[in-house]
Amino acid sequence: MSRNEDYQVPTTSQGFGKESGSGGYGRDYGESSGGVMYYTCGDCAVRVPLEKGAPIRCQKCGARVLYKERTKRMVQFEAR
Amino acid sequence: MPHRPPTKEELEARKIVGINEETVTNVNSTDFPHHYAGEDHAWDLEAFRREFRVEFHQNDPYEASFSLIGCHASIANAFRRIMIADIPTLAIETVFINNNTSVIQDEVLAHRLGLIPFKGGKEGLHKFLKWWKKPADESQINNSYYDFNTVSLRLEVKCEENPDAAPGETDPTKLYKHAHVYARDIEFCPVGRQHKYFSGENAIRPVNPDILIAKLRPGQEISLSMHMHKGVGSDHAKFSPVATASYRLLPVIDIIEPILGKDAEKFQKCFPKGVIGLERVTKEEASRKGSGYEGHEGELKAVVVDPMRDTVSRECLRHPEFKGKVKLGRRRDHFIFLVESTGQWESDAIFLEAVAHLKKRAKDIEKQVMNMVR
Repeated sequence: MSRNEDYQVPTTSQGFGKESGSGGYGRDYGESSGGVMYYTCGDCAVRVPLEKGAPIRCQKCGARVLYKERTKRMVQFEAR
Repeated sequence: MPHRPPTKEELEARKIVGINEETVTNVNSTDFPHHYAGEDHAWDLEAFRREFRVEFHQNDPYEASFSLIGCHASIANAFRRIMIADIPTLAIETVFINNNTSVIQDEVLAHRLGLIPFKGGKEGLHKFLKWWKKPADESQINNSYYDFNTVSLRLEVKCEENPDAAPGETDPTKLYKHAHVYARDIEFCPVGRQHKYFSGENAIRPVNPDILIAKLRPGQEISLSMHMHKGVGSDHAKFSPVATASYRLLPVIDIIEPILGKDAEKFQKCFPKGVIGLERVTKEEASRKGSGYEGHEGELKAVVVDPMRDTVSRECLRHPEFKGKVKLGRRRDHFIFLVESTGQWESDAIFLEAVAHLKKRAKDIEKQVMNMVR
């Protein structure tokens, strides 16, 4: 298994290194564009748009478990 | 003591591996110089030509069975190994996954795709397509793909609900569209001269279109493209052109003393079907003195019909009534090959290619040896 994606150090987040145990609620995850992020509801599998700071909750069914979406990037594998 | 040349029977007996109840005897071949005093067993091309034979028993496109008679185990084994590990085939080598929301993980999916056997136009596969070599400089990798070393494939499947499904339907294949992803869903994308070699009947496609790759549920999607390259089985088993290529030695069943009546029927049951037959003792045999058939005219006797079908289970050696009446063995120089092709090559062509490969290798080493002694 070889992934041709290099790990990129997140640059836009402030204080990424020092918040080791402080349990930062509302951390900035580097999505500085300020746009909405899409998540998938763990209960009803609907696509949930979430803005920064919005409560983590599915607008359709109210479930509080949301999953990150898969990367949009192409991933390369060796068929071995 | 003057040297006495070996009789025909002695020569024959030297070729037989003895198989006893719990032991195996006479396993090594002895036809080499200085083993028998006064006999010259130096390898001789003319003698080999005279003795060597090939017999085909079955020759289907994807399964062939044939015998190499009169050659040494090292040669037979070389052919077997070459067929498994050195005959090149085309297989999926790299998978570029754009989206995969199915339950099967990317790497497992890529591995499964790699193992699918493909077929296509023989001329294109064997003559037009060449090896792809990974460039030493990683950044040049995109300049290393050409129509003669890379075949491009695509797989785009999306699962949806089927609005026409009957109410109360429980079968996922009817309830959803594209619930199962099969090998036939893989799409061949020809580029350049590949149109010439791989169009229509000759298109590159899976040998077995019904191989299940993944199962999907509504909303899940697989979207990926693939590159196929040529490779050999020694690199990865997916490149091996054979599902199995193996040989066994011809079984020998020697009935020394007559087995008659009820015993004969029991003896027949000790072997697979068709190995032992039952015949009536003839008048001529019964009247011959010392044959063991005296006074048994008309009774059933066991005869060997087709030893090739025997599995050499040694079952007959377990029964006291056959003690000393039968001798089992195998012919050391009779190799029964079974070659089962995965579909890219015809099974008999795999063997011919193995012969050509061994010849080429021998020529290569001859050249090197000549350079060495010069």
